[in-house]
Amino acid sequence: MAPASKLSQGIKRASRSHAYHRRGLWAIKAKHGGSFPKAEKPAAPAEPKFYPADDVKPRTPSTRKPKPTKLRSTITPGTVLILLAGRFMGKRVVFLKQLKSGLLLISGPFKINGVPIRRVNQTYVIATSTKVDISGVDVSKFDDKYFAREKKQKAKKTEGELFETEKEASKALPDFKKDDQKAVDAALIKAIETVPELKSYLGARFSLRDGDKPHEMVF
Amino acid sequence: MVKGRTGQRVRLYVRGTILGYKRSKSNQYETTSLVQIEGVNTKEDVAWYAGKRLAYIYKAKTKSSETRYRCIWGKVTRPHGNSGVVRAKFKSNLPPESMGCKVRVFMYPSSI
Repeated sequence: MAPASKLSQGIKRASRSHAYHRRGLWAIKAKHGGSFPKAEKPAAPAEPKFYPADDVKPRTPSTRKPKPTKLRSTITPGTVLILLAGRFMGKRVVFLKQLKSGLLLISGPFKINGVPIRRVNQTYVIATSTKVDISGVDVSKFDDKYFAREKKQKAKKTEGELFETEKEASKALPDFKKDDQKAVDAALIKAIETVPELKSYLGARFSLRDGDKPHEMVF
Repeated sequence: MVKGRTGQRVRLYVRGTILGYKRSKSNQYETTSLVQIEGVNTKEDVAWYAGKRLAYIYKAKTKSSETRYRCIWGKVTRPHGNSGVVRAKFKSNLPPESMGCKVRVFMYPSSI
């Protein structure tokens, strides 16, 4: 059956006056004293003094925020990691925590294998199944700012000094960093010494030998 | 090779051989090289090495940055065939002299 609202194409159920009454514009008009309220036109912008020659859209700055780096499930605080590249490649090292930049905070400990408190990228590291108990270690004070490079002081040199061999401020490690290292390592070494042979394990370096197949190795 | 490395030498790379370029019978495509990684014999084994970095190291007569050794870096891209051969792309195409030469397959970027 054809819907009652359409007797035939183009003819509506409600007549013109019926539809007007139903819409209720008369009530709004009555409320505002006889005339329909006119919305105020927003003030037109003043004519600009300068029209650019080309229609170029200004670039909007990117609002993209990079996601925080996901930590591999095999890496948990206290895991022994093998460094794959860099100065300490092959060294087995203890993972302490992940910093806000996504880098991993590690320590040798320094006394055992010469690796200081350092940052390392996850992709240059193999996680082993060996874990060290680091509940006694306080690493809350370390963040990316701790590892920031010191700004070089650019002192103005006189002509004579320019030609002398530069005595740059020596890159000695500041004392507070040495103390931090000792503090972290003290707790670490205590935990390490409770496990038999873990100390010599951390002191030894990892290397591939003849016949080794990393794709078949379980770390 | 590495400046002043006096300590223990550790090998943290797998040895590989450069077999040649990706090719058909009469055409070769030098942008992709084929590498045979030691110990890798099946297509399934190659999955571990996908994306790993490669270095082709060679010597030159003149010194650049105080060493005569030079390097072309590359990556393992995908397996080639069923028997563990691997396709690799290098930063610049490998020279033909490299065919039959050794390449280092590093264990990074690591996902273990």
